Order: sequence, then structure tokens, then C-alpha cells
Amino acid sequence: MVTAVSHSIDRRAAVAALLRDRGTMLAVSGLGSPSYDLHAAGDSDANFYLWGAMGSAALVGLGLARAQPNRTILVVTGDGEQLMGLGGFATIAVAAPRNLVIVVIDNGHFGETGMQLSHTGRGVELAAVAAACGIEARTVSDPNEVEAVRAALHAPFEAPRLFVLKVKAENLPRSLPPRDAVEVKNRFRRHLGFETI
Amino acid sequence: MERAANLTATTIGEAKPAEGSDWPDALYRTLKQARVNQMAYVPDAGHSRLIDLFEQDADVGCTVLTTEEEGIAVAAGAWLGGDRTVLLMQSSGVGNCINMLSLATISRFPLLMIVTMRGEWAEFNPWQVPMGLATEPALAAIGVRSMRASTVDALVETVGSAASMAYLADQQIAVLISQQLLGTKTW
Repeated sequence: MVTAVSHSIDRRAAVAALLRDRGTMLAVSGLGSPSYDLHAAGDSDANFYLWGAMGSAALVGLGLARAQPNRTILVVTGDGEQLMGLGGFATIAVAAPRNLVIVVIDNGHFGETGMQLSHTGRGVELAAVAAACGIEARTVSDPNEVEAVRAALHAPFEAPRLFVLKVKAENLPRSLPPRDAVEVKNRFRRHLGFETI
Repeated sequence: MERAANLTATTIGEAKPAEGSDWPDALYRTLKQARVNQMAYVPDAGHSRLIDLFEQDADVGCTVLTTEEEGIAVAAGAWLGGDRTVLLMQSSGVGNCINMLSLATISRFPLLMIVTMRGEWAEFNPWQVPMGLATEPALAAIGVRSMRASTVDALVETVGSAASMAYLADQQIAVLISQQLLGTKTW
């Protein structure tokens, strides 16, 4: 039986650290635990939480990054969600937005469905896949490095970036974001000064 | 021998070229008027001129996709950030989009897809037929409205109307361009 390597980064603490002093940063979260992590770090009109559409998070980030080139767009998603959108790495690398950062909270498991081992838990390296496409990508497993990732979110950069945070595989108490997608969409638009329709 | 040749001929009867060759230019103007500023696509021969027009336009952000469903997500993010997107794809690509379309329908993201139809008119490739047949019912099943155009005049008007309904009335619309209008692919 294949077992995953254990890691020590605490996902909630890491996501909260990344969102600290976020400034004008906009955030999109992938379905499941990453949406709970983003919500637990503090609900905001500048957050768009996905509850479905698996594989879409980084690409929602791409459309947003093109529309808002002067803001940092942070996508927080999981390994399972990103695995469903691997082709998106190629699309994002070619589009090459300079303001998009994808953070994959990688626990090596499909957490929502019973903690089955995912492909990353069986050895697939998302950072290597993304790097092969042309994204600046790095894997982080030391909790002391999370602060450096936060600083990187606010530094100017030339290419889309990906950080894979290797986190503890655990199902934490859920912190449920609003499920009314129309409301979340409209408050996001209002936050940016756009009419909702 | 002659009989065998007939059986592999790509068209039966005289091949008809696409009626009116400048419709992509008219669509481009209509979409610019609708203030579209992002375009995402998986290429199709029927869309090649329209893709070129957008790619040459510095005011439109163009995204080439690895699969059509990515475009549904890109369009959603674009709208969140204040942009309007048009998606260009072939009917086979509609099948790739189905679950992702739940993002557009449940969030009521304005969505405008322009779909070139295959598998429905003098089609030579049998592999195009199943998805050609399923395009409209699949879109209806997930909650996307189809508006079909079979002539150039109707097409330009339909895209204008669909753009209004998408961006101004929060609707999810696929304009289907009949294969009859596109003409027969020459092999």
C-alpha cells in the first residue's frame, strides 16, 4: 500500500499568514478545504469562493488577472482541484499574467471524500509540472518559509507563479463561506466599483 | 473503382462555399461594439478569421485554451474583474464544458459562447456526429440557452442579441453557427 510522506505545515496558519496585510490583493479559492481555509483567514468582499467547478480555480484567477493587471491575484487551491486542471498550467504559462500567484495547499489526499491518496501523495510533483509549462514554481515544506511566500506575493514579478505548500494531512473543522455564488460575485464586483449587472 | 471513389467522396453533389465570406469581420465589429475585451478559444477552422482579428487587437486579451472548459472559468474571472469575454469553440468542445458550466449558471456569470457546428450537415467525419447531435440538448440540460443561426444575416443579428442578453441580462448563451452556413470542409 502506498502511504504519503507526512509534512508539518499547518494549512490554516499558512493561509492566514499569506492573507495578512493583504492590501488590494484579490483572492479566489478552490472547492473544499481551500475555501474553508480562505474563509477562516477572514471573510472579505475581495474573496471569491468556489464550491464546485473542480479544476477551475487557477483559471478563474487567470481571467481576473487579465482584467485587473494592477492587483495581485492569489488563487488558493488544493492538490486534487489543481490535478483536475493540469492543462491550465499550459494555458496560464502562455497567457503569462505577471500578477497571478497560485498556492496549492498540497496534503497529498482528496480530503473531502474520505482522505484517499491523491496523485501528489503518490509522487506527482505539481511544481515540476508547472515549471515544465513555464510557470515559476516552487515546493515549500518548511513552515518557516511561509512568511517568505507571503512577502513574495507583494513583490513585483515577471511571470505567473506557483507555490506548492506541503501541509499536514488533516481534516480541520469546516469554516463555511457563503454558498450563494450570485451574492459573492456581486459583492466582489461592488468591491471593485463595478455595477453588479 | 468509380463506385469506391464515390463512397469516399467528401461531399455528394456540388460543394457549396460558405455564404458571404466577411461574416467574421461583422461578428468582430458586433463584439467590439458590445465592449468585449477578452476572448478565449480552442481553434476551429470556422473561427480562424475571427481568432486572427482578435489576436491582432491589442485591446483584447486572448487566451488559447487546452480544453474548452477552461474558457468558462476564464470568463467568470474576467467578469469578476470587470471584463467581458467571448468564447469561441467547435461543437465537440461543448461536451468538454458541461460540469464547468455550473460555475456560470449557479453564479449567473454572463456567458457568450460562439459555437461552430460539426456533424450535422454534409458531414464526412462520423466521429463529429455524436457531439453534433448532443450539443443543443447538453447545453439545455445544464441551463445554457442556445440561439441558432443558419444564415449570415441572422448570425450577425443573433450574436448582437446574445451579447446583450449575456452582458446586460446576466444570461448564459451559446450561439450555434450551423454547419450549413460554414460550408463543407474539403478533405
